Amino acid sequence: MKSQAPATVDIGEYQHGFHFPDESVFKTRKGLDEEVVNAISHAKGEPEWMRQFRLRSLRAFQKKSMPNWGADLSDINFDELYYYAKPTDEQKKSWDDVPAYIKETFERIGIPEAERKFLAGVGAQYDSEVVYHSIKEDLAKKGVIFTDPETAVREHPDIVKQYFGTVIPYLDNKFAALNSAVWSGGSFVYVPKGVKVDVPLQAYFRINARSFGQFERTLIIADEGSFVHYIEGCTAPIYATESLHSAVVEIIALPGSRVRYTTIQNWSNDVYNLVTKRAMAYKDATVEWVDGNIGSKRTMKYPSIYLMGEGAHGEVLSIAFAGKGQEQDTGGKAVHAASHTSSIITAKSISRAGGVASYRGLLKVNEGLHDVRSRVVCDALILDERSRSNTYPYMEINSDRVSIEHEARVSKISEEQLFYLQSRGMSEQEASLMIVNGFLDPLVKQLPMEYAVELNRLIELEMAGTVG
Amino acid sequence: MARLIQVRNLQASIAGKPILMGLDLDIPVGQIHALMGPNGSGKSTLANVLMGHPAYTVTGGTITLDGEDFLALTPDERSRKGVFLAFQYPVEIPGVTVGKFLKRAAEIRLDGKGMDVTGFIRRLRQAMDFMEIDQAFINRYLNQGFSGGEKKRMEILQMLILEPSFAVLDETDSGLDIDALKVVAKGVNRLRGEGFGALIITHYQRILTHIVPDFVHIMYKGRIVTSGGKDLVETLENRGYDWIRSEYGIEEDVHEVASAGNR
Repeated sequence: MKSQAPATVDIGEYQHGFHFPDESVFKTRKGLDEEVVNAISHAKGEPEWMRQFRLRSLRAFQKKSMPNWGADLSDINFDELYYYAKPTDEQKKSWDDVPAYIKETFERIGIPEAERKFLAGVGAQYDSEVVYHSIKEDLAKKGVIFTDPETAVREHPDIVKQYFGTVIPYLDNKFAALNSAVWSGGSFVYVPKGVKVDVPLQAYFRINARSFGQFERTLIIADEGSFVHYIEGCTAPIYATESLHSAVVEIIALPGSRVRYTTIQNWSNDVYNLVTKRAMAYKDATVEWVDGNIGSKRTMKYPSIYLMGEGAHGEVLSIAFAGKGQEQDTGGKAVHAASHTSSIITAKSISRAGGVASYRGLLKVNEGLHDVRSRVVCDALILDERSRSNTYPYMEINSDRVSIEHEARVSKISEEQLFYLQSRGMSEQEASLMIVNGFLDPLVKQLPMEYAVELNRLIELEMAGTVG
Repeated sequence: MARLIQVRNLQASIAGKPILMGLDLDIPVGQIHALMGPNGSGKSTLANVLMGHPAYTVTGGTITLDGEDFLALTPDERSRKGVFLAFQYPVEIPGVTVGKFLKRAAEIRLDGKGMDVTGFIRRLRQAMDFMEIDQAFINRYLNQGFSGGEKKRMEILQMLILEPSFAVLDETDSGLDIDALKVVAKGVNRLRGEGFGALIITHYQRILTHIVPDFVHIMYKGRIVTSGGKDLVETLENRGYDWIRSEYGIEEDVHEVASAGNR
């Protein structure tokens, strides 16, 4: 009997690359100036203080130069982008009210399934506005706020004013300034003192308008002794012109709280993904970033943790997959600003088909501290001769009584490993996939099961393009 | 027709260096063949060429399985035809557990006939007990951090699970203490029977007292220079490899082989 090769998933093009007619109700013109920013602010019916914040940010954006390090961003033409589009007039409360074409988009990326399984609340972003938003009643009863930032500006101005832009000031970098000027959508989470949110909160983001930059803004405040796990997943459709995604995520972990933030991003291969993510961890607080980057054209993202009080702990788990024409410039930062703090940064990257995966990290220990521990581990796996991996681990250690460990490994899939697995009946493609999955296994175990499955599936799709 | 691997006038090289110089060998199912020879004679090359290692180039001759061209097949296709190689140096596969790996390999061996997972796990546990491998190894990453003896036992465990028609054991005995050697031999003897043929490649006679071969071949400088019954092992034991060299080699070759052995 003739033996049969295992079924492989052959995708001629990006599977999530479907898109529906652009039915945006309101859209600003191409390019960015005060008039556009005012139009965005006006469309959102914002208070004056937020409009002023946007205008200050715009001026900072115009003054700041592009980063002269990291991925090549010279192709971005800010004048050719749209900065705001509003797909529907009304905020939808229940699934039934969501327009059919948007539902169809969601169904194709699996939102209803995800919801049935374990959603507490869903903030699903379609273009700029959150069109579907639900919060389970028990969360609301506990006083947890999970909404879009526009609503938070209207309904919880005191909290927003206290924390918005405090972790990542608009002057921080060019793309943080850009986001601060034109932000739209995202999530706002407030967890009151002592409240443990035992199911993850999650939001899906999706870009659908051509040449449209998405600038979502997420602010998470975990009050004393609370716990929350926030999950963000992204898929984007494929377009010929470049898209820009530039988000800002700020986390404030007040004393004794714990925040875990998980992202699996799968932007299509024409998206510039330039995200600033930063967290403040106060006394005895823990912040964990789990950051998976698959797809996009260029990604620059280094989730950061500032350890502000004694007993604070931070972890960054970064996974990057750089395929054909892709550059993943990712990593993590830990800044120790107090004694008795610890941090762990673990980065794994895979590059194939000419992709470039770079680890870029910063570990900083301020002066006069003691009992600081940090461990940085970066592992890179290179699948073929055309692909590359770089490591840029920066360290600024200004105290003596610290314990720092750093390990970096670069490996290639060896002919011997492939041959070994093939000799047990696996095709070359399946053998490669098994080695890649094995490489990621220690990190994938950290993900909620549904995301682990999704990540494995995405990698399988990416790997399916390797042969031929 | 009984199954048969047939090697005819096989010539192979690695990195442009010829190793196999026209080798003939028949391994019918149901028989255990031993292949002995000094270091550098090409024994491991034969094992790798049989399984289709990409680093080796076949420059002449044929290998057939049941009369069909075997050299045209990829390593995974060869495996699916029921041929198994127990590696001399099994590689580590980080992140892939023994359990997951063996389940997938066994699934492929079933060729789409559907797997009874509970039955498989029971069978795996029994085989591990038989091979005196701790059950905790199911969740260990394949070969990672295994001792030499553990790696070799893991190879034989895989063989027991996959139940190949033909197995090639590439110096599975080297570096094993006597207890581990007995366990390995026990595993091979378990499969021994009408539906199983094997080629036991070894430098030493020791393993062949535990797995008694039906036929013995002596390899030297890329060819099989003499074959016989199990008595040949004793002859070799009494007279040593120097006997082969003086019988089948010439002066300058002795020097060459000696330096190869010192590497």
